[in-house]
Amino acid sequence: MDIRGKSIILSLAILVTMLGIWEMSVHKPESSEPLSEYELLMGGAEQESRVPPPSDVLKLAASELSNPFYDAGPNDKGIGIQLGYSLYRVLAGYLLAMLIALPLGFVIGMSPLMYRAINPFIQILRPISPLAWMPLALFVIKDSEASAIFVIFICSIWPMLVNTAFGVSNVRKDWLRVASTHELSRLRTALTVILPAAAPTILTGMRISIGIAWLVIVAAEMLVGGTGVGYYVWNEWNNLDLTSVIFSILMIGLVGMLLDMILAAAIKRVKYQE
Amino acid sequence: MKNSFVQVQNLAKRFPIANEEELTVFENANFAIEKGEFVCITGHSGCGKSTILNALAGLDEPTQGCVIMDGKEVVGPSLERGIVFQNYSLLPWLTVMDNVKFGVRARWPNWSKEQIESQCHKFIDMVGLNGTELRKPSELSGGMRQRVSIARAFATQPKLLLLDEPFGALDALTRGNIQDELINIWNETKQTIFMITHDVDEAILMADRVLLMSNGPRARVAESVVVDIARPRKRAEIIDAPEYYKIRNYLVNFLVNRSKELSGSSPSLNEEPLTVNPGVETRPMPETKAIA
Repeated sequence: MDIRGKSIILSLAILVTMLGIWEMSVHKPESSEPLSEYELLMGGAEQESRVPPPSDVLKLAASELSNPFYDAGPNDKGIGIQLGYSLYRVLAGYLLAMLIALPLGFVIGMSPLMYRAINPFIQILRPISPLAWMPLALFVIKDSEASAIFVIFICSIWPMLVNTAFGVSNVRKDWLRVASTHELSRLRTALTVILPAAAPTILTGMRISIGIAWLVIVAAEMLVGGTGVGYYVWNEWNNLDLTSVIFSILMIGLVGMLLDMILAAAIKRVKYQE
Repeated sequence: MKNSFVQVQNLAKRFPIANEEELTVFENANFAIEKGEFVCITGHSGCGKSTILNALAGLDEPTQGCVIMDGKEVVGPSLERGIVFQNYSLLPWLTVMDNVKFGVRARWPNWSKEQIESQCHKFIDMVGLNGTELRKPSELSGGMRQRVSIARAFATQPKLLLLDEPFGALDALTRGNIQDELINIWNETKQTIFMITHDVDEAILMADRVLLMSNGPRARVAESVVVDIARPRKRAEIIDAPEYYKIRNYLVNFLVNRSKELSGSSPSLNEEPLTVNPGVETRPMPETKAIA
């Protein structure tokens, strides 16, 4: 068997083992003793709360995923709708960041003067936790929806900007010479030589950005509330529905993986071998 | 010189060095290239050959002097001057066809798609690469890559073609084949060519004239050696030409002995290199140590 087949079997074995340990460890201890008076008063509930077993999570997942887009009021929407809201915010903030980061990255990368002038701002703004912007955003924008999008914008702009500038400034001098000996204008040079040359680096920045944006949206939605998968997690926590919390955690992971895979595929397309 | 196609006038390159006088790589380089001429330049590393070529290309600004081509001063890179670099400089994300198209499209932006394609095919065929149009440079051998680079340069039909050691990175067999191809293309197109080479045999095989540079710093374009061997030349036959070894010995002798002796003695303003024709001259040649 090749390594691929072996790895799949090993993965499945690890999965089954982990789920098995989880399932066993959270089972209610069998007790033959009759319920105490206190327990009777509490409706048979235990004092010590337990994490739901994976079997419950799977059952919930099956029922939720069979109808992911139901909408039964503000506090009861399907996971598909919640993920949709989150994706919308992430993509809106991400696209806005792209609109600014890519052209600005080109300018910084092509001009050492602009690089030196703008770099200090990037260095100061980049390490700020995107959520630290939230109060300011809420105050200035006065709209929680737009503030969440702004937070995504501000967190996804930096990797794109830095990688674009880096990729553009590191295009091989030979290729730029080819452009100049063919009398290409600056714009044509940027589009036909620098862009394809720097595309793998730029897309790598975009891949990092989408990952961060998806991390941040959950926290942002916990703050702004209303809709989105982050709000959903927090709401189910308030409902003490741990099964739904675990289910939504898994869905967050799944969607994050899909977003990453899309960017990875894009990188593969533009990658070239020297 | 006055009405030559290309005129290099008092070209000099100097670099500032900290706490010292500037370093003069070469100065007062004067020479001319006629239309349709194939001129090679050779000399040891560091004498400034590449700087001269870059100045001709408009890629590098000389410290002093100027280059005039077709009556106009060279001030920057232009499609009138095609360049083939030693490291091919192909765009790795484009196919062979698209690399050649890159040049043709830049040269004739108003051409139709068909015109561009037929021009590209013509030159891809000329370098013997038909069938590889859709491959990427990374899927080609070094020799094939250099062929693409040559096709790209010739396809734009520049007035002057500059070759910067085009065969330097290739093995001897491949080099021989591409040299033959280059001569064939040159016979067809009668392009004016200026080429840097370190290979004496290559220079004799291809050039009408070989410019010899003394060692740097303070190098000079010392001599212009006429290669008077009848064309078409073939690699296998050229060694039978009576002039061949005379010219070869002269060049080798210069590179081995005299380039060192001449180093450090700058020519005066407007001084042109001495023209010699070792193939016909009967005067005794300077002592020669190496005859390979």
